[in-house]
Amino acid sequence: MVALTLLVMASAFPFYWAIVSSFTPESRLFQSPPLFPADLVLDHYRTLFNERNFWVPVRNSLIVAGTTTAFCVAIGGLCAYALARLEFRGKSLLLGVILAVGMFPQISVVSPLYLVLRQLRLINTYPGLILPYLTFAMPLTIWLLVGFFRQLPAELEEAAMVDGASRLRAFREVIVPLALPGLATTAILTFVYSWNEFLFALSFTLGPERQTVPVAIALFRGQYQVPWGQILAAAIVATAPVTLLVLAFQRRIVQGLTAGAVKG
Amino acid sequence: MAAVRLEGISKTYPNGHVAVRGLDLEIGDGEFMVLVGPSGCGKSTVLRMIAGLETPTGGRMLIGDRDVTALPPQERDIAMVFQSYALYPHMTVRENLGFGLRMRGATRPVIAERVEEASRVLGLAAVLDRKPAQLSGGQRQRVALGRAIVREPKVFLFDEPLSNLDAKLRVETRAELARLHRRLKATAVYVTHDQEEAMTLGGRVAVLRDGYLQQAAPPMELYRRPANRFVAGFVGSPEMNFLPGDILGAAAPGPGLTLGVRPHDLAIVAAGAGDLDAWVDVVEPRGSELLLYLRLGADRAGAELRVITAPEPPIEVERVVGVAFDRARLHWFEPESGQRVEVSR
Ligand SMILES: Nc1ncnc2c1ncn2[C@@H]1O[C@H](COP(=O)(O)OP(=O)(O)O)[C@@H](O)[C@H]1O
Ligand SMILES: [Mg+2]
Repeated sequence: MVALTLLVMASAFPFYWAIVSSFTPESRLFQSPPLFPADLVLDHYRTLFNERNFWVPVRNSLIVAGTTTAFCVAIGGLCAYALARLEFRGKSLLLGVILAVGMFPQISVVSPLYLVLRQLRLINTYPGLILPYLTFAMPLTIWLLVGFFRQLPAELEEAAMVDGASRLRAFREVIVPLALPGLATTAILTFVYSWNEFLFALSFTLGPERQTVPVAIALFRGQYQVPWGQILAAAIVATAPVTLLVLAFQRRIVQGLTAGAVKG
Repeated sequence: MAAVRLEGISKTYPNGHVAVRGLDLEIGDGEFMVLVGPSGCGKSTVLRMIAGLETPTGGRMLIGDRDVTALPPQERDIAMVFQSYALYPHMTVRENLGFGLRMRGATRPVIAERVEEASRVLGLAAVLDRKPAQLSGGQRQRVALGRAIVREPKVFLFDEPLSNLDAKLRVETRAELARLHRRLKATAVYVTHDQEEAMTLGGRVAVLRDGYLQQAAPPMELYRRPANRFVAGFVGSPEMNFLPGDILGAAAPGPGLTLGVRPHDLAIVAAGAGDLDAWVDVVEPRGSELLLYLRLGADRAGAELRVITAPEPPIEVERVVGVAFDRARLHWFEPESGQRVEVSR
């Protein structure tokens, strides 16, 4: 118990410090460690959103990550279902290729992708980020979901089809509700991946109007000084949605896992 | 309700395994047809082809007057009870029962009424709002049954629906199924590997082996006039005895045939007074009767013979007794093909 408490405290401490520091005035940041801060201020957040227009990268990130996730789960879900259920020649080869695509080092495709996107006039647009994200996130999504769908007995959707449902309807009414924990987990992973992605976001955007949160934070540091307080505040803003997402879905995931444990 | 007709139905799985070979079978309107055979003989494959869950690789399938060979399951108007029950785990019993009606666009009041009635018939009224995980094995089985009957489909399909129940519940549910069928007068195809279940339930029984139909006949006909040695051995318990035909001397209708005789059609008499003498190896009391394992031959090394006899008078082991064959109930088979040889009497 004691060890566990210490472990949690040790790993939580940096976050705690970051949160506290983001509320500490710049002048006091490098004095004694503000373990139990007396006066908390919203200065950094105010500057962040009022002067730096930080809501623009936040909005960009939400749009890009949200759209990527939606497409990945919707299209990847159907692909994964087909792969999990249908038997055809070369299926394992196809799965292997899909996995390989997802494992490509990003740096190796940045330049070719840039050329393609420029040709399509998609540099510095939302689709210009969403499309590359999809090529990387989709294979992983499909891989994860194939695993989840395989765990569900095929007799369930067969029963639904005998009961009069089309294959698509059986998928929607029976498979999706049962795969919800898997879908939620996959959605979170995809969202977090797209939210944190840096290399593509840096390469395929030109100005602040389309930059995402990680790029914006990286470009904070001025020529002569580093605005630590603002960077910390921005980091908190960048972490918050991911944390909230996990907390929001946590109950659903645990619930789903225990419900699935008892099969009829 | 509708008749089901299988015309030369074959199924070769993509991996090359031939599961069903040229099956011709007609299931009459309102008939209870049982498909029986050892595990792996293709019973489930036949059932799944009737359901539309597998596509035949040869032949034609008709439900009523309609050719359904290429129709998907949802357009066939059938109901199926799966061996695993396949209840929807995320839905309540009520939702499970109503699912089929909902998929076919029934209105809410109609669904509620039918679900109400089915749950009353099956004694599920008290558990309508539970999820399948909160039910006992017997209750789950009833929900699976209920899901089939609420819809009043053209054909009922059952794939070993009793195999997950304990022995007592299995016998009870079997009787209940028979009652249910009498009430609904529905066309039903029922798959089992248990010959006793097949005999007690079937209006007609079709015996399958390695994808081939062996015989389709009413239970008593199957018992009294099995078409070949396989059916003779599969139907009836304890299993029929098979002996070289010349053992009874001149009684054989031809040379080299195999003689089949059921344990019930043999009688124990005093040594020397019957057709043969045999040595008593094991005596198994079965309550109302005794099952004897006898050994033929003077040196006790001959064929084994199973005999059912009355418990009185008691029979001692390691003694020599006489065995009398009921001449009217002998079966003769070709030794190679195993086909039945009819004896005119
Ligand atoms: N999807 C499949 N692919 C290949 N072979 C199969 C498949 N399903 C069943 N089989 C084979 O076909 C044969 C018949 O199977 P099945 O109809 O399930 O038998 P039963 O229900 O009589 O036990 C078995 O040998 C089985 O291994
Ligand atoms: Mg089977």
